[in-house]
Amino acid sequence: MTTLRNFSRFITDTLRMITTGGPVYYAWIALLLLLIAFGANAYIGQLHTGLLVTNMRDQVSWGFYIGNFTFLVGVAAAAIMLVIPAYIYDWEPIKEITILGEMLAISALVMCLGFVMVDIGRPDRFWHIMPLVGRLNWPQSMLAWDVLVLNAYLVLNYFVVTYLLYCAYTERHYVKKLVTPLVLLSIPMAVSIHTCTAYLYNGLASRPFWNSAILAPRFLASAFCSGPAILLILLQILRKTTKLSIKDEAIFKIAELMAYTMGFNLFLTAAESFKELYSGTEHMVYFQYLLFGLKGHTTLVPFAWASIICGLIAFLLFLVPKTRTNWVTLNIGCVLIYASVYIEKGMGLIIPGLTPDALGEIYVYKPSVTEVSVAMGIFALGFLVFTIMLKAAVPMMLGEFTISRGKKGAQPAKSEGHA
Amino acid sequence: MTRLLRLSVLPGLAACLLALAGTAVSAEEHKKPAAVTEISKDMVQVPKPPFTEGIFPCSMCHDPKAMPPNTKRRVLKDMHTEISLHHGPDSRWCLDCHDAYNRDNLHLANGKLVSFNTSYQLCGQCHGDKLRDWRVGVHGKRTGSWNGEKQYLLCVHCHNPHSPHFKPLKPMPPPTRPEAIQIKNGGAK
Amino acid sequence: MDQDACQPTPGAPCPSGENNGRREFLGAAVAAVATALTGCGTLSKEEFLQHNFRELSKEEVLTVIERLEKEYKEKFGREVKVANTPPMPGVMFGYALDLSRCIGCRRCVHACVKENNQSRDPEIQWIRVLEMDKEEGVDLQHAEQYYNPAEVPREGHFYMPVQCQQCKKPPCVKVCPVGATWREKDGIVVVDYNWCIGCRYCMAACPYGARHFNWGDPHLPSKDVNPDTHYLGNRPRPKGVVEKCTFCVQRTRKGRYTACVEVCPTGSRKFGNLLDKESEIRYVLENKRVFKFKEDLNTQPNFFYFYGV
Repeated sequence: MTTLRNFSRFITDTLRMITTGGPVYYAWIALLLLLIAFGANAYIGQLHTGLLVTNMRDQVSWGFYIGNFTFLVGVAAAAIMLVIPAYIYDWEPIKEITILGEMLAISALVMCLGFVMVDIGRPDRFWHIMPLVGRLNWPQSMLAWDVLVLNAYLVLNYFVVTYLLYCAYTERHYVKKLVTPLVLLSIPMAVSIHTCTAYLYNGLASRPFWNSAILAPRFLASAFCSGPAILLILLQILRKTTKLSIKDEAIFKIAELMAYTMGFNLFLTAAESFKELYSGTEHMVYFQYLLFGLKGHTTLVPFAWASIICGLIAFLLFLVPKTRTNWVTLNIGCVLIYASVYIEKGMGLIIPGLTPDALGEIYVYKPSVTEVSVAMGIFALGFLVFTIMLKAAVPMMLGEFTISRGKKGAQPAKSEGHA
Repeated sequence: MTRLLRLSVLPGLAACLLALAGTAVSAEEHKKPAAVTEISKDMVQVPKPPFTEGIFPCSMCHDPKAMPPNTKRRVLKDMHTEISLHHGPDSRWCLDCHDAYNRDNLHLANGKLVSFNTSYQLCGQCHGDKLRDWRVGVHGKRTGSWNGEKQYLLCVHCHNPHSPHFKPLKPMPPPTRPEAIQIKNGGAK
Repeated sequence: MDQDACQPTPGAPCPSGENNGRREFLGAAVAAVATALTGCGTLSKEEFLQHNFRELSKEEVLTVIERLEKEYKEKFGREVKVANTPPMPGVMFGYALDLSRCIGCRRCVHACVKENNQSRDPEIQWIRVLEMDKEEGVDLQHAEQYYNPAEVPREGHFYMPVQCQQCKKPPCVKVCPVGATWREKDGIVVVDYNWCIGCRYCMAACPYGARHFNWGDPHLPSKDVNPDTHYLGNRPRPKGVVEKCTFCVQRTRKGRYTACVEVCPTGSRKFGNLLDKESEIRYVLENKRVFKFKEDLNTQPNFFYFYGV
């Protein structure tokens, strides 16, 4: 049972790998753990009192948690922005780093799961949603579809990442015949997770703001134009702190693809706005609340415009080759587009969909302290998952940490801070 | 001879007819109304009319011999001054509904007497559409069973016949605004 | 895991004690975690493991009801009966509301609260009365539900109470991921409060704002408890689940009117069996000008609004 022994060594060595590092690493992990504890504490309060500690009420029954969930599903789907050029166009510079996109997808999906768990009123009944064990209302409920595809995508990514790292660890070549189809499969799967999530909103005739045919294309466009932004920043960090070689052209290529998707995203947003504001039916009220305020309630307005302006600036920065290939403007653009889509797919999607509510009432929703604390905890958890995966994965990818060099590789020099 | 006979018979006949009519009315009054599902064409089971304390029977005071009726249209000054009549056009007055010679009854337009217990027959004269709806159960407060016995009320249980417009009510409290629904001890907000 | 304890030979059953013991332990352990997750210390193993109501056998339902009655007795200190009256055959409930007669007095709202054991704090109301302008007509952007004048009806306004429309094609039933809400044979859309996971997707899906959530622990003073309850209707609900009007299923399946119909002082509310040609509700549909709220959404409600005068 060599495989079993090797695999158990893989696990134990990985654990050792992620629990040893430089001072920067420890400080970062400590910070994340602190934030997680902070979020957990807030969540315990929520468990005790109920969702009353949030600012969600009957009128606006989904809020910050689901907004973050929606945004993070997009980030998870964005991994394929690396897969497409790498595998479809067989572009070597990116092929080596697709695994990083998949690890990002895993972290994002962990956060998605976290946000769903904290949002439901009865987390103790979570097993009700499992097929066979509970009762999954498939195929009627879009949420049932979402549960299935999200978990399938998580399993797929987790399998591919584990397999590739295990092969690297045991100094073996991965079986292309196994990996390539799975990675190619991740493309329609990534599209499916975000389409399912979009359909969740899209299928509700009761919410005209969401009940628009282009919601699914908008979701995909905004996911693809923003998700890779975090990867671009990460790749630059990894280049500087590890021996991972990532060519400039790989980064710029991803940025170029993002520019086109940004343009498409802006076009779809414009199309949606035109349809509502020009036709001027009563369904316009949701857009009005978002962009201009309604009956004196203007809470969302500055955020909505910030999102649009940041998106436009980022688009231009990414589109123009000069600014795209300049590291300063590129990184500014990354931050801007991430912020823009975070607002657009988060609060900028959920709240206008529910305000005014089904009976025309306006309840101004702002996340409560508990919601923000719990969200911070979940984001910290996602970052933690991503960090420890990278901590083990990068040395494995570089061939520094393998089964034969296992013991040596597990004790890095003092000053080396692996991110 | 025949003329004399005719003259004597006619009042007698009239008296008989009147008597019959009288008994017919009282027979109607005492006839047990059927359950709703077998409702007879005219009668509906209703509770007693909501008389003011001590006001009925009217014949306690209104004896046609002791107090001959004054059928002149006027605003009452001596008695019943607490009643302000706001029912339809200004030309309406008491004896349009109340029978002058038989104060314990009301009367229809054709003179037929109607008991207070079945005053809906009188209301229905002018408000025929309401009467039709009411018989079927579509007008007015409804209690009981949807598949069995239902309780009906007289028109006058909700509509004061002298001032029938349904009076405004004080509304019960509005719902709590969502912003005001917070946890009690002012914790995380 | 069972391999050490039990090596079944083909045809020979495992000593059942072992399996049951482990299963019980596992169930209890998970229940303990689940109790922690609910934040309340009263989650029993039976409650945790209870399946969707539609999947329970007759005996299991009786066990559940017995357990619930015991819990309610402990919680409220009084006898609470939980019925499981099935729908009557040949019945499809319909409801009609006369907009020309409703004066917005809200007696229906509060009668419903009394009858159906809603939480008093945080307050839950299954009926919302909208005050609208006569000039604007039924226009939700000009509706006001927090009106509180000295007297109603206010000049120039009319009133439209909204509650669950018991749709024939309910969007809430379609979207529930666990099938905790469904439409019964007599047309009432019900919720299994012990199966609902509180995801609130149904609340987003409902075009009438008819579904309400127990954001906190419901507070129902013991003296205000209506002890005549139905499993799918007005039995006291726990924290974290969705609830809504059920056409007073505890009353209507026994032939009585709903609480809102009985209390309405102007007789604006009409209720009955749509399949009965002689019923009041059929009379209204056939003789009055009836409309459905948000008809374009094709939810096909069993709730109709009409103008009696």
